[in-house]
Amino acid sequence: MAFQILLNVVLAFTWMFLKTSYTSSTFFVGYLLGLLIIFAFRNCFSGRFYLIRAYAVFRLFLIFIKELILANIAVLKVVLKPKLDMRPGIFAMQTVLEKDWEITVLANLITLTPGTLVVDVSDDNKTLYIHAVDIEDAEDVIQGIKSTFENAILEVSR
Amino acid sequence: MIEIVKIIAGALILFGAFLSVVATFGVIRLPDVYTRNHAASKSATLGVMSILLGTFLYFWIEHGHFNSRVILAIVFIFATSPVAGHLISRAAYNSGVPLWEKSVQDDLKGKNQIRQAEK
Repeated sequence: MAFQILLNVVLAFTWMFLKTSYTSSTFFVGYLLGLLIIFAFRNCFSGRFYLIRAYAVFRLFLIFIKELILANIAVLKVVLKPKLDMRPGIFAMQTVLEKDWEITVLANLITLTPGTLVVDVSDDNKTLYIHAVDIEDAEDVIQGIKSTFENAILEVSR
Repeated sequence: MIEIVKIIAGALILFGAFLSVVATFGVIRLPDVYTRNHAASKSATLGVMSILLGTFLYFWIEHGHFNSRVILAIVFIFATSPVAGHLISRAAYNSGVPLWEKSVQDDLKGKNQIRQAEK
C-alpha cells in the first residue's frame, strides 16, 4: 500500500515537471491522473488497489466513533441507574488476529465498546481477557466483536 | 449560519461537561477499580473530545481562527485514553486488587496462577 501511494506521488511530481507549473492544483491533477494509471495497472502490484484499503481504514474510523458514542450511553445508564445491579466479571476471548498492531487496534476498539474493557492480553497474543460490566451476555458480546471489529480490521490488513 | 454553528458549539461543550460530570459520579459511585475504569476511560474521553470540538468550532466560525492544535489534541486523547485505561486495570489486576464481591466470573485467575507456578 505504501509503495502504491509513493508511486502515485512520484507520478504527480512527474506531471508537475511535464507541465512546468509547480502549484498544488497541478499536483492534485497529477495525483488524480496517477490514480487512474495505478488503477489501470492494478494487476501488476502484489497488494490490492490501495483506495480499497483507504476506504477500509475510513470505515474502521467510523466504527470507532460510533462505538465511542454507544459506550458512553451505556455508561450513562449504568452510572445513573438507582440500583447497582450489574454483574461484572472477566471473560476470555480468542482472537484470530496475529500482528501486533492489529491486536492493539482491536484492544482499543474493545475498550471503547459498550461495557467492555481489556484487562490483559495473553503472552502468545491469542487470547484477550476482557472485563465486562454485565457478564450475562458475554457470548453475544464476543460474537458482536468478532463479526464487526475483527472483520473490519482484517479488511484493512488483508 | 454563524448562529447555528454557535448553538452547535454550545451544545457540544454542554454535552462534554455533562459527560465529565457523569464520569465523576461513576468514579465515586461504582464499587471497584475495574467498573470505575469503565466510567473514567469512556465518558471522560468523549467528554473532553466534545468540549475541544466545540471550542474549535467556536473559534473557527466566530473569529476565523483555525487552530489545528485543538484537532491534534482531540486525536491524541482519542488514541491514548483507552490505552491508559487498559494499563491501569492491568496494573491493578497484576498487583492483586480484588474484583467486586458480586462479580460472577474471572477467567484471568487461572492464567496468573499458572504463570506463578512456572516461576
